[in-house]
Amino acid sequence: MNITSFLQNRQLTVALTGDIDHHRAKEIIRVVEDKIDQYLPLVCILDFSEVTFMDSSGIAVVICALRKERELDGRLLLANLPPQPLRVLKAAGIEKIAEIREESRL
Amino acid sequence: MRKKTNYINQMTVEFPSNSANEGFARAVIACFCAQMDPTLDELGDIKTAVSEAVTNCIVHAYPNEIGSIVMKAGIIEGNVLEIVIRDKGCGILDIQKAREPMYTTGGPERSGMGITIMESFMTEFRIRSIYGKGTTVYMKRKLTKRGSHT
Ligand SMILES: Nc1ncnc2c1ncn2[C@@H]1O[C@H](COP(=O)(O)OP(=O)(O)OP(=O)(O)O)[C@@H](O)[C@H]1O
Ligand SMILES: [Mg+2]
Repeated sequence: MNITSFLQNRQLTVALTGDIDHHRAKEIIRVVEDKIDQYLPLVCILDFSEVTFMDSSGIAVVICALRKERELDGRLLLANLPPQPLRVLKAAGIEKIAEIREESRL
Repeated sequence: MRKKTNYINQMTVEFPSNSANEGFARAVIACFCAQMDPTLDELGDIKTAVSEAVTNCIVHAYPNEIGSIVMKAGIIEGNVLEIVIRDKGCGILDIQKAREPMYTTGGPERSGMGITIMESFMTEFRIRSIYGKGTTVYMKRKLTKRGSHT
């Protein structure tokens, strides 16, 4: 799966792409968790700018990444959310547990 | 007696509960409701609701087998889209509980938000289930009437 990421001063940015549904979520969770385990970032940014669709399966992706970052005493940021994924995350009350960065690209 | 619904247009698709068909179901509903000229936000809500219902059939109704999923859609007077998604899977024992936010019988890959999302994204939502026989989700979404195409 083409999930690219880059690391800078223990800040890891993971660029999610395409449709995040149950069909792909398991693999996305595995890749994101592996990257966090590998780089032990203090800040993990999930970049949604290339995400074309997301349903509740994506909520689990966010929660898994959040759990990992909490183990590291780190932070999780959700960035560049298109309107549809943002609506799903808000319906689930995610803005109460993860930081959503609403301004433009990083 | 219940009044018969007059449909302006209708469609039915049946497909097996392979997870690859989640994207297929979203594409089908997007194509079908294109004739209603939905806004991008409306289209997003409709695709999300369909994705949730179909995923529930795949994950919960047929946990250890591949079963059949039927999706019907209809356009009703007043720019209303009706969607029915039906499985013949395991059914739901306690619907009241299933509708609660965060309630899930799934693992850590489920958040228990699917039904909550369908209820809040659609104008009408009903779920019927017979334990051991299957589940049917009925949804309606009223779309804003936009100016005619130019
Ligand atoms: N078609 C179905 N057949 C059998 N059980 C179902 C069906 N749809 C829902 N359920 C039951 O209702 C519960 C709640 O469904 P809901 O979609 O709200 O959450 P979820 O699927 O568990 O998690 P999420 O949708 O957030 O990934 C499910 O865990 C399951 O027990
Ligand atoms: Mg669900």
